[in-house]
Amino acid sequence: MTANDVLQIVFYLAVLLILVKPLGWYMARVYEGKPVGLDRVLGPLERLIYRLCDLDPQKEVGWKRYAMGALAFNAMGFAFLYLLQRVQGSLPLNPEHLAAVKTHTAFNTAVSFITNTNWQSYGGETTMSYLTQMLGMTVQNFVSAATAMAVLIAMIRGFVRRNSETIGNFWVDMTRSVLYILLPVSILWAVALMSQGVVQTYSSYPKTSLIEPVKGADGKMITEQTLAVGPAASQIAIKQLGTNGGGFFNANSAHPFENPTPLSNFLEVLAILMLPAALCYTFGKMVGDVRQGWAVLAAMVVIFGGMLALCWYSEQQSPPWMAQLGVDTTAGNMEGKEVRFGIANSALWATATTCASNGSVNSMHDSFTPLGGLVPMLLIQLGEVVFGGVGSGLYGMLVFAIIAVFIAGLMVGRTPEYLGKKIEAFEIKMAAIAILIPVIVILIGAGAAVMIPAARASTANPGAHGFSEILYAFSSAAGNNGSAFAGLSADTPFYNVSLGLTMLIGRYWVLIPALAIGGSLARKTIVPTSAGTLPTHGPLFVGLLVVVVLIIGALSFIPALALGPIVEHLLMFQ
Amino acid sequence: MFLLLRRSVIGLLMMTIITGVVYPAVVTAIGHVVFPHRSQGSLIVRGDEIVGSELIGQPFDSPKYFWPRPSATDPVPYNAGSSSGSNLGPTNPKLLQAVQERVARLKAVDPNNRLLIPVDLVTASGSGLEAYISPAAAQYQVPRVARARGLTAVQVQQLVTENTWGRQWGFLGEPRTNVVTLNLALDKLSK
Repeated sequence: MTANDVLQIVFYLAVLLILVKPLGWYMARVYEGKPVGLDRVLGPLERLIYRLCDLDPQKEVGWKRYAMGALAFNAMGFAFLYLLQRVQGSLPLNPEHLAAVKTHTAFNTAVSFITNTNWQSYGGETTMSYLTQMLGMTVQNFVSAATAMAVLIAMIRGFVRRNSETIGNFWVDMTRSVLYILLPVSILWAVALMSQGVVQTYSSYPKTSLIEPVKGADGKMITEQTLAVGPAASQIAIKQLGTNGGGFFNANSAHPFENPTPLSNFLEVLAILMLPAALCYTFGKMVGDVRQGWAVLAAMVVIFGGMLALCWYSEQQSPPWMAQLGVDTTAGNMEGKEVRFGIANSALWATATTCASNGSVNSMHDSFTPLGGLVPMLLIQLGEVVFGGVGSGLYGMLVFAIIAVFIAGLMVGRTPEYLGKKIEAFEIKMAAIAILIPVIVILIGAGAAVMIPAARASTANPGAHGFSEILYAFSSAAGNNGSAFAGLSADTPFYNVSLGLTMLIGRYWVLIPALAIGGSLARKTIVPTSAGTLPTHGPLFVGLLVVVVLIIGALSFIPALALGPIVEHLLMFQ
Repeated sequence: MFLLLRRSVIGLLMMTIITGVVYPAVVTAIGHVVFPHRSQGSLIVRGDEIVGSELIGQPFDSPKYFWPRPSATDPVPYNAGSSSGSNLGPTNPKLLQAVQERVARLKAVDPNNRLLIPVDLVTASGSGLEAYISPAAAQYQVPRVARARGLTAVQVQQLVTENTWGRQWGFLGEPRTNVVTLNLALDKLSK
């Protein structure tokens, strides 16, 4: 733990927080339909889309039809992405002649990308053609993020409106998210990443002759190296910004062509949390009280800081046997990590990517120390509400805020209110569904997997660590995160199907209740604040929100974590 | 219902054209014009032969070359067509065994070296393709490489310094030595 580590993390947080206000302000304008500058250039395109869709952008619908729009659009995305993978062998832009993807892998991958999970049971450079990566992966990276942003905005409108039957128009919110937010920022990021050495080309994989030919394990001489390249920069920019996380290459952002320098690393890890953090301000702005947005953001920063400290401290340790072999371990636990990033940036990335539902990695979580690996796993299990996915994080956090005011209301025996809206039985039911269903699918899924011998055989590490691999997989799928304890061989029919279903449940059983809450709140009138109202912009509420998030997560998962990382920690240092 | 279907199909089609065709094409065009070297993989060309990429590591096992970090790619180390880490956990006996073997190999070619071995020389990188080692790992190997090539430690040290990068902007990331460019420079000095 050096002063330079602290400096890097402080710099990261400072840049992140400085961007919250301008970006959040801009996004609020986008969603309120105000002029944003870019609409002068892209306005005609936006109107063309509406015309082709036979859509009046002024016309709004209630939450059920809003949800139908989102579901139909996602279902179409699934069908297209599945087909594309199945026929890629006969399509152009496939210089490596990669064959059709297996059915269960294609199912898993299509689900994974429409749900913004981007769990990958395949290795990008050995499975997906350039065409599939661009028309399939890149497109879903954009629209799955835009879907969640649209849902968040619809939910926020529920707080803003009174006596209203409508909460917006899905197609408009989705289109504006892509055209005015995700697309321009992605172009900037892609260009910046290329300046650092991220590849972007349609050429086939170049072959190089090795400087020193070496003998392979089978005794044959290896004289050549094939360098996997491709249109990576354009996909990496949106995979980070849209909290998608699906790597162009198998090693994700540990790969030198995906993340070549410390600066590219900074830009990529900044992109993970930039939009989710700024959306807090957008929320405050739209509900007419920016303090509400800052309060939610403060709760996120508190949990983030604590988790980051634990991960960073743990990764600075090495297993005790390492030093006994005559190894200098001051650099920390370097298995699965890259020298150019070091411990601070690896821990920062692991924490950020699992706070958000991003799931990209710049180091291999499976090789983390037990407690270092517990941090990303627990953050996913908390529901990824600490910043969270673009859109999905904040709507998840607002669900927790509703639970927090409910608990506060119970303490004083008063009907709870949040932002002037009475929180009643329907909202609490929906909030409970959104919180409990992911917990249930994680625990049942992981429990079932450890009882099936074939599923157990997929683990790469023995004992408690193998259990952690399975628990992490189901947590990652239900949380739509996509990172992995990647030693688990998940490209099997069992995992592809079970994790695919887990992703679907984890996505839509939070998204639909969130919309339902928005729709129900929109119908209500605003109650004036009184002496009995709990102010939701002060430190008391921030503290309450943090405690609620941590307690629900802890009560749900401590027993499972005790069997995985916690027992492994005790074994390692016994 | 029909309207919903129509909007899904056309909405997806338009998004596919905008974000799946135009967007990558625009970025590729910018890359070709503004970053022709880097967008193609930072390739190192000697004559008409590509000898590597500045960013991608290569395997080395002769004592006269600097050794890179261990690589867990399959089926051969530094397989740049299939990146991967080892994914071995800290309590896995296989990791212990792998590190023991790596320590033994380093000691076998340099038995009189009394320095502690820097941890990055005996642990696999996350990508399996990292071109960098820590400056400490380079220092550890300087005497061995100098001896094997009949050079002075000062000459080798000079090349190590030339191929070592500090932190970006003075504070981002960690200092690092590029094994690929360093070994190329060594070959230029003495075959």
